[in-house]
Amino acid sequence: MAYSDKVVDHYNNPRNVGTLDKSSEEVGTGLVGAPECGDVMRLQIRVNPETQVIEDAKFKTFGCGSAIASSSLATEWVKGKTVSEALEIKNTDIVKELALPPVKIHCSVLAEDAIRAAIGDWKKKNGVAETATVAAAQ
Amino acid sequence: MSNEMSNNGMVITQSATPLPEGVHLPIYMDNHATTPMDPRVLEAMLPYFGAKFGNAASRNHAFGWEAEQAVETAREQIAKLIGATAKEIIFTSGATESNNLAIKGIAEMYRERGNHIITQVTEHKAVLDTCKKLEKQGYRVTYLPVKADGLIDLDELRNAMVTEGPEKTILVSIMYANNEIGVVQPVAEIGKLCHEKGVLFHTDAVQAVGKIPVNVQTDNIDVLSLSGHKVYGPKGVGALYVRRRNPRVQISEQINGGGHERGMRSGTLNVPGIVGLGAACEIARNEMDAEAKRETELRDYLKHKLESALDYVHVNGNMEHHLPGNLNMSFVYVEGESLLMGINDVAVSSGSACTSATLEPSYVLKALGLGDDVAHSSIRFGLGRFNTKAEVDYVADKIIDVVKKLRELSPLYEMVKEGIDLSTVEWAAH
Repeated sequence: MAYSDKVVDHYNNPRNVGTLDKSSEEVGTGLVGAPECGDVMRLQIRVNPETQVIEDAKFKTFGCGSAIASSSLATEWVKGKTVSEALEIKNTDIVKELALPPVKIHCSVLAEDAIRAAIGDWKKKNGVAETATVAAAQ
Repeated sequence: MSNEMSNNGMVITQSATPLPEGVHLPIYMDNHATTPMDPRVLEAMLPYFGAKFGNAASRNHAFGWEAEQAVETAREQIAKLIGATAKEIIFTSGATESNNLAIKGIAEMYRERGNHIITQVTEHKAVLDTCKKLEKQGYRVTYLPVKADGLIDLDELRNAMVTEGPEKTILVSIMYANNEIGVVQPVAEIGKLCHEKGVLFHTDAVQAVGKIPVNVQTDNIDVLSLSGHKVYGPKGVGALYVRRRNPRVQISEQINGGGHERGMRSGTLNVPGIVGLGAACEIARNEMDAEAKRETELRDYLKHKLESALDYVHVNGNMEHHLPGNLNMSFVYVEGESLLMGINDVAVSSGSACTSATLEPSYVLKALGLGDDVAHSSIRFGLGRFNTKAEVDYVADKIIDVVKKLRELSPLYEMVKEGIDLSTVEWAAH
């Protein structure tokens, strides 16, 4: 399978790999996918409690190159956005940016789910009314 | 190739260091998919694309006799490799056709005797899909499971056999060696059991012929499929061995026409391909023992090197009854396709879903009872005649490097290292 240059770039140089302290009040963690499906993404955000701006984002992904690229891109995109701005990121934006083929669209869906799950977890911790219905990881 | 660092220090690019001697990129290590043609085979074939173009069925002139002679020589060469006689070899377009001809041909011919066929779940699709088609036509097919090591249980085979009544078992089709995990089935025992019960035994021996000793007499095989391009011969040619004595096996033809191949397979013979298949079998017969020893050593060296450098690696399939050149390993917590992407100058295969059109992981690995996550992490190494130790070192080093880097990226690896039991996590399946 041929990969787009952007997927290859994210695979070779993944952005924002790592782990944030999930016990911190400022950190939201989204863990989506399942090992038996061949994709697990963990996306974490650290939100400034005053401004609701996502100041840091980290990810780790078990999955194919497109899954790695989708989650790497997601961390880039959420950084600097407010929580409500980040919720506007759509999987179709990721598909477009990475030129994902139809068979890899599920990778972008998972990345969108990961963003929503991380934000949902942060909202739950901080008593912000839940708007997204995606369940957050524990 | 670039060697730049990313913002977090990850590098999954190729190093700029010169390649070791004996390594030429890309490296081909996928010899179960196909093998490169041996130059000696090509040389044997070339005249039959040119001056020796005759039709082997032309009985009344020298062009035809020349072609026929070449075909008969090839028949001898193939027969000799598997302990058969030349008259028992039928030429086909490849192993898929051989498997179709064997199974459909026997099912049709012996329909009056019974309607039950036994095969197993890890067969190639050329066998499984043929059996599924027969099921639609009213045959009953038993798909035997395999044990965790990939081998069938002879007691289960015995129990599945129906020896009386209209549902009598007419055919057992069990592959000689598996194309993904390389396990070698107890073929001689299976054949013996079949003969005791008066059931015909077909084996898809595509991966075994020319790699390990195969003998239709001592292995009690009635019908056997083989292919040219898996034994360093050409694509588009294969053969079916059909036993002529004890018992004499009859096969209903699936292609009608000029009555070639004693009526079992009509169609003008692919003379250059057949010459190539013959030459490939002759080379295999002469060199198989030394080659098997060399490939086994390389395979064990690769396995040892990977196991020494990495934790959480899992060898798939029984390693005692195993093809020399095969190694199927799961690098747990790393997804197979992402691993392949990091070693894109090496040709190997993965059982990962992402490498298949269906997004389903390998049905062979699933049949071993492996979790889908382990199946998703698998890589099949297929060592062959032309692989060198230097190549094995290059591939092993590269795999080790990429697996380590991808594990830095893997949330599963991190969780396991923290002592979390992944089976207790509630996954949000998608």
